[in-house]
Amino acid sequence: MTLKNHFDPLKCWTWGVLLFLYFPIFVLIAYSFNDSKLNVVWKGFTFQWYHDLWRHEPLMQSARNSLWIASVTTFFSLILGVGSSWFFHRYRHPFQKGLKKMIMIPLALPEILLGIGLLVFFAAIQFPLGFTSVIIAHITFCLPFVILIVLARLSGMDPSIEEAALDLGATPLQAFFRVILPYLGPAVISSALITFTLSLDDFIVTYFTTGPQSQTLPIRIFGMTKVGLNPIINALSTIFILVTGLILIFIFWNKGTLNNRSDK
Amino acid sequence: MNLSSSKRHWIVLFWGLPMTLWGALFIIAPMALLLGYSFCERDALGQVIWSFTWENYQRVFDPVYLNVFIRSFLFACITTFVCLMVGYPAAYFIARLPKEVRNLYLLLVMIPFWTSFLIRTYAWITLLKSEGVLNAILGALPFSTSLDLLYTPMAVLIGLIYTFLPFMILPIYSCAEKLDLSLVEAGSDLGANPFWNFIHVILPLTWPGIGAGILFVFVPTFGMFAVVDLLGGSQTPLIGNVIQNQFLQARNWPFGSALGVILLVMFFALYAMTHDEEVDER
Repeated sequence: MTLKNHFDPLKCWTWGVLLFLYFPIFVLIAYSFNDSKLNVVWKGFTFQWYHDLWRHEPLMQSARNSLWIASVTTFFSLILGVGSSWFFHRYRHPFQKGLKKMIMIPLALPEILLGIGLLVFFAAIQFPLGFTSVIIAHITFCLPFVILIVLARLSGMDPSIEEAALDLGATPLQAFFRVILPYLGPAVISSALITFTLSLDDFIVTYFTTGPQSQTLPIRIFGMTKVGLNPIINALSTIFILVTGLILIFIFWNKGTLNNRSDK
Repeated sequence: MNLSSSKRHWIVLFWGLPMTLWGALFIIAPMALLLGYSFCERDALGQVIWSFTWENYQRVFDPVYLNVFIRSFLFACITTFVCLMVGYPAAYFIARLPKEVRNLYLLLVMIPFWTSFLIRTYAWITLLKSEGVLNAILGALPFSTSLDLLYTPMAVLIGLIYTFLPFMILPIYSCAEKLDLSLVEAGSDLGANPFWNFIHVILPLTWPGIGAGILFVFVPTFGMFAVVDLLGGSQTPLIGNVIQNQFLQARNWPFGSALGVILLVMFFALYAMTHDEEVDER
């Protein structure tokens, strides 16, 4: 770092970029404490909007829906994702490359296409839109992320640990559940966190696959935002940003300690 | 492995079948249905009638929709270009930092990346509206001016760039982080000035990150409708808005499907092209 004491244009540029990224977020957070309904002038500090948020039944209901959908999505995405990663990593099958491309499609397309595709599909089989349809949609776009993360961990695995288990008399299934799955632990934790966040934040796919009873938070926020500014949304957004930040700090910290462990 | 082949067969099925069924049902079948519906007609009530017609595709060439396509393409290109120009230097800078500081910067980029774009778009409404924060700041300047930005194409572009900038920075960062500094040093030792060193050494080495970043920004921008709805009002619909409208308000599913299929084909073509390039490079 020879440039440390010099004026560094790259550094200024990066700070500018961060300012651009954070200035709107700071304003949003600041107004969540502003004692005025209009989001225009600063009138004084208040916790009122957080209090109102707590009592805003439609929003709280959507929050419960979102948390429930994200939990179920995470659970099934992990089961399906870990199983298929093991299939891609461990076994050879003539259609494997094609299958992998198929399951990765949601990563490569604009979300709106998955949304309208599933809407048309559920309508065609006369499946009512609601919690189940949203959860199915969420699992579909979360799976590729789980598979990418788990495959990355598997690629660093020593194949002899499975061979050892098999030589000692374990069946392939026992070897998987007793030896491979514990090895995958960190990858499972990061995929769970990422799946949970993706599901909680998703708007576009949910917009097309949700029913009136299963409104999630982003759907409700979109509806309220179209009508106008509302400091309750600022309060809610602040909580969202805080939770996202904490989850990320946890992932970073987790990665850091894991790296240190492998160094020793 | 001393497993009999029939037993092995069952195990492959056990791990592979659920995923295959899932993909066939919830990825392939929906896409196939879109393709099928795009050739259908609809009755007065908006019900889809199975038939075969090219009408929906002909309608895409109606100047109204052609304009929307061109505008979407233009907006996606501008957004991608600005994100690349703004994001590349920052990504490169972060990647070259010492490890402890680097993670802090990375975290700062990742928080907006993982925060719902709805929330971040909402933040811009506060800033851009005529009695909003931006005009308050501008009004305080000596040459007091004011801008009426909200519900203009400019606001949409700002929103799109703001939403997708982290999607450009992160892939370029992860590519630049692996960059071998000795190659850059070799370049300057051999007499290249910083500009040519960048063109001949750094740029080619970070090319995969740039490619990934362009895809991560261009693809979602093209189908985005929510940012446009919130910041652009109804003045400048993009293709995502038209599709959304055909499915949920106008209830013309066959026409909406035709628009979707065109996007689908476009993106598959895009991937086929970029994939070929990768093979060529090797």
